[in-house]
Amino acid sequence: MQFQPHRPSRILLPVRMSWVWVSFVVALVLNFVPSRQIPAMPDFVALVLAFWCIQEPLRVGMGAAFIFGLFTDIGHGSAMGQHALAYILLAYICGAISRRLLWFRPATQALQMLPLFLMAQVVMLGVRLLAGAEFPGWSYFFSAFATALLWFPIHYVLLLPQMQPIDRDENRPL
Amino acid sequence: MSVVGHQPPPFFNRGLPPAARLTLYLTISVALLVGDLRFHYMETVRKGLTVLTYPMQIVASTPAEWVHRTLDYFSSLSQLQQENQALRNRSLNDAKRLVRQEALETENKQIRELLGMRERTGVRGIAAEVLYTSRDPFARRVILDRGERDGIEPGLAVIDGEGVIGQITRIFPLQAEATLLTDKDQALSVKVVRNGLRAVMFGAGNGMLELRYLAANADVDPGDVIVTSGLDGVYLPDLPVAKVVRIDRDDARGFARFLCQPVAGVEKSGAVLVVGRAATPPPNPTASEPAEAAKPVQAGRAGRAAARREKH
Repeated sequence: MQFQPHRPSRILLPVRMSWVWVSFVVALVLNFVPSRQIPAMPDFVALVLAFWCIQEPLRVGMGAAFIFGLFTDIGHGSAMGQHALAYILLAYICGAISRRLLWFRPATQALQMLPLFLMAQVVMLGVRLLAGAEFPGWSYFFSAFATALLWFPIHYVLLLPQMQPIDRDENRPL
Repeated sequence: MSVVGHQPPPFFNRGLPPAARLTLYLTISVALLVGDLRFHYMETVRKGLTVLTYPMQIVASTPAEWVHRTLDYFSSLSQLQQENQALRNRSLNDAKRLVRQEALETENKQIRELLGMRERTGVRGIAAEVLYTSRDPFARRVILDRGERDGIEPGLAVIDGEGVIGQITRIFPLQAEATLLTDKDQALSVKVVRNGLRAVMFGAGNGMLELRYLAANADVDPGDVIVTSGLDGVYLPDLPVAKVVRIDRDDARGFARFLCQPVAGVEKSGAVLVVGRAATPPPNPTASEPAEAAKPVQAGRAGRAAARREKH
């Protein structure tokens, strides 16, 4: 692994919280798309949540995780608190490792995020198995891999508004 | 929230430390989980919050519905012809039976009147279509394209051309969620056609069903047809449910394992009928009621109600 502590990085504009909430709502809608037939459907809310917990650990944390976890539970028709529990743990760990993780490039970050997404899934699996549900099959875990793969593109999509220059140039929008 | 390793100075008061907040939130969500899974207290909360999530669900599912319908539209001509032929044959077969059934129903009504028995409750049905499978991978549920607006209520039975496939468990304004028979938590009051033996049927988890709480020497054979008993006051009586395929009689335990294969296309999607009783059955007689209220005609009903109470 190539470690580049002094690689040149862009100085980003401060994040607008309205953009954060919009991204959460879009992720929630994407999560509600009926896609049981697709085996590896990424968990968009977990992805966006982990991203903002790492990027803005002082503003997005376990409160957002709880609220959006509950909404996901209701939309999916799963047990109340199942996603909330997994997302809270995810948000806590992401907040704790954010300073370290931001040193890495997005691709390397994705590799380190994979165990966290897997953990979130294992937590949900454990909760439901304890409640007496049936094991949904190993393809259940594909979702975590798909989510980690999306880490790289989402990094650029979500940071796009912050990459704009302060004084707008009509000829160079970015 | 403070980041681990970077404690802010005390004059920037940021509330509880992260570990404490984690504990707090974890406690709340575990309480929610227990309240929902164990005590089923959360249905009102869920219903309230659905108001917020439902528009998003509609936004998310509408394109999927379009794709589904478009694919249906472009199904090939030969396939349609085949299906048409099969349906024609079937309707001819059914017509034969329908003609006889009308006569039989009238006859049955007359005989019941003669015997002084109560009339069978009428049936009402709403045709619906299975839109998609619910996103929760731990349960077997499907979403139907009819909802509260079309008169669907929780508890109604969902059947297809062959038999029962499930039960409505949640309703939304435009859609309804049905839990399939094969879901592990879905129970159904049934009887064996051959000898009228009553039992409770549960999903076995792998697309099969099983009869539970029957003694190891119960008179059930492979090949027996199982129908709904109608005792639960929810399902109509005598809807076909399953066929017994295998029986594991283990003398060491008091119970045998009766594996059954559903007769309806439970895991397939397509057109379904949501059926219910036209009138709700009378409430269970309570213990405080005088004993003379149980006339001979109602005795059977009271006994069934008692059986139902035992089951719960």
